[in-house]
Amino acid sequence: MGLFTGRKTVFVESDVLVIGGGMAGCGATYESRYWGRDLKVVCVEKANIERSGAVAQGLYAINCYMGMQWGENQPEDHVRYARNDLMGLVREDLGYDVARHVDSSVHKFEEWGLPMMKDKETGRYQREGKWQIMIHGESYKPIVAEAARKAATKVYNRVMVTHLLMDKTRPNRVAGAVGFNVRSGDFYVFQAKAVVVAAGGASNIFKPHSVGEGMGRTWYAPWSSASAYALPIRVGAKMTQMENRIVLTRFKDGYGPVGAYFLHLKTNTENAYGEDYESTWYDSIKELVGDYVDHQPVPTCLRNHAFLQEVKAGRGPIRMHTKEAFKDPHKEQVGWENFLGMTIGQAVVWASQNIDPKEINPELVMSEPYVMGSHATCSGAWASGPEDYAPDEYQWGYNRMMTVEGLFGAGDTIGGTAHKFSSGSFTEGRIAGKAAVRYVDDLGNDQPRVRESEYEDLMQVIFQPLENYAVGRNEIVSGTVSPSYLLPMHGLQRLEKIMDEYVGGISAHYTTNEPLLTRGLELLDMLKEDLDHLGAEDLHQLQRAWELQHRVLASECVTHHTNFRKETRWPGYYYRADHRKLDDTDWHCFTLSQYDRESGKWAMEKAPVYHIID
Amino acid sequence: MPTFVYMTRCDGCGHCVDICPSDIMHIDTTYRRAYNIEPNFCWECYSCVKACPQNAIDVRGYADFAPLGHSVRVLREEEKGTISWKLKFRDGREKNFVSPIRTTPWGSIKSPSDYEAPTEDALRTQELAHEPEALNIDRLPTLTPDSLNQGAV
Repeated sequence: MGLFTGRKTVFVESDVLVIGGGMAGCGATYESRYWGRDLKVVCVEKANIERSGAVAQGLYAINCYMGMQWGENQPEDHVRYARNDLMGLVREDLGYDVARHVDSSVHKFEEWGLPMMKDKETGRYQREGKWQIMIHGESYKPIVAEAARKAATKVYNRVMVTHLLMDKTRPNRVAGAVGFNVRSGDFYVFQAKAVVVAAGGASNIFKPHSVGEGMGRTWYAPWSSASAYALPIRVGAKMTQMENRIVLTRFKDGYGPVGAYFLHLKTNTENAYGEDYESTWYDSIKELVGDYVDHQPVPTCLRNHAFLQEVKAGRGPIRMHTKEAFKDPHKEQVGWENFLGMTIGQAVVWASQNIDPKEINPELVMSEPYVMGSHATCSGAWASGPEDYAPDEYQWGYNRMMTVEGLFGAGDTIGGTAHKFSSGSFTEGRIAGKAAVRYVDDLGNDQPRVRESEYEDLMQVIFQPLENYAVGRNEIVSGTVSPSYLLPMHGLQRLEKIMDEYVGGISAHYTTNEPLLTRGLELLDMLKEDLDHLGAEDLHQLQRAWELQHRVLASECVTHHTNFRKETRWPGYYYRADHRKLDDTDWHCFTLSQYDRESGKWAMEKAPVYHIID
Repeated sequence: MPTFVYMTRCDGCGHCVDICPSDIMHIDTTYRRAYNIEPNFCWECYSCVKACPQNAIDVRGYADFAPLGHSVRVLREEEKGTISWKLKFRDGREKNFVSPIRTTPWGSIKSPSDYEAPTEDALRTQELAHEPEALNIDRLPTLTPDSLNQGAV
């Protein structure tokens, strides 16, 4: 009553529907328009694409650029680099594809007005490291958003997509999506011939170090609410490597990035007593992972492992040795501008604690785990590879199409392709956008149709938390404690605690085992049941409620994957205490999962890792 | 907090509400001015601070770990194409930085539909928009894998 009658429903027809307007979504929108001149290209974003996604506050470097025009790197080199960093397991076909296209994206960014730093002697982009180039990227996202706005038929800001819709005649074919406007409360039904999921990865699924005000100062943006995974998982798309969570070594509390410090400023880390500690742990790492410890550069997870062991041995804090480098005024400027360009909160921390790296070597910390597919790990959907060279087993349709017909993905959404970062995510969006146009072109008159009963049922589900609150609120005098509903923050804190304690979070030193994971799944089941009783006081809380729903479904997937892989592939990211070592005999493979929403069951399987590059 | 809004400067224009990626800047119904409704979902991204025409929004570092007395102020000037920062430490030391933000006029990016339309054949190739020219190399690289290896490399 009341809540449902009179609610406006907005129907939007589109050819290509892009969900999420971050870097990947802007790339997909741009490319869809380039190839589909007469198509309706719609981009939908829960915030405002001018400042949305992981690049909202800017970046100081582009971490994926080959420099093929100068012979700096070839795409093969990048595949070898990502494969090495991920302990052997990446989709080489997808990684090569991003790498061969990424330079053209970066050149367009420069043409559009992104200020690139240049090497004064060579005139080339200023390298920070082998793959990284330095930019003045405060307006990186507004610039890219301008290109996407020019390309889109329409951008819908402040509309959160909650579910995908399936075709009424072919159950494994996508037909659109539903969501709601977080300002007006209008219900949105998007009909689409092809859908590109370009939503965000998962922050705040594991308990963060800071649980007061600072719980928002996560490394990955707090608005990255796992929609990248929950949307495809729910409709049965296969997911891969969801156990491959990432833990970041960063400056303490602000999570300010260390890349420029290591690569450009040439600073290094030391323990509390000024000693190098990584070599101390060489033998014990070798015992766990064998020859992988000798690979160069040393895989990120193994450097984390040494950090963790040193802290557990009581020789923390670990610090970045900055005092000498920062005496050089240029390096000092780079060090600070690096934060101001992409992690302002770290500058706030240092200003507040009187930390001037010229005089004090700042502390580092290992973060809580995150699940994502665009940075240095590769969780995400199992996607079809490029037509010109992908192995047959990796190719069942259009490039970047998931195992659901017409459902494409890019950025955090697509699994197996680590080290894409901002430029690679935009590029993967372009790849998916072009493939989606081709798919639409091939459809002809065989177009998907949404089922009225499906979106009407979902409308009830989506707005139910408002009803739960309205009814339950009358039972109590005041406050946040109700026997009838949970607020979204309550559910989020329960999720973070379960994941932290049972699935390898910070308070367990990233360690878990089968009994812990089994118990974690039981508790997640009860949390899922309780989500039917979420209460939302207003539309803002309704957005939080659906972000929580997405986080919980993704977390369940992460837990199943972690349980399935019976080895410790990435010590320093997480540990299976009951399978301590890397096991190339049984586990040099991808893990795949598929969720059945009718039964709530998960099916797990292995898929081969094909090395197509030597 | 992290962001907070000065009562005497805010005129309730709503630019911060419109831009906040986390949907936490809202208008207070009593005072008709903006405030941060959910500080623990603030990333200190400064999107709202930069967007505020009245310079009414500031940041006080997260109470969990940031002692009082600091400030990190910003002025983003689109027409000049610069962003200026002023840091003040708890002990009063100051640092100032200025960086460029854009090299072209705002609004000057061409729509992809302003380029010559691609052919139907081009849609069937691996090349993306503006390729191969925008790669600054002759042609898009490809692979011809002669074997599919499994196991450790």
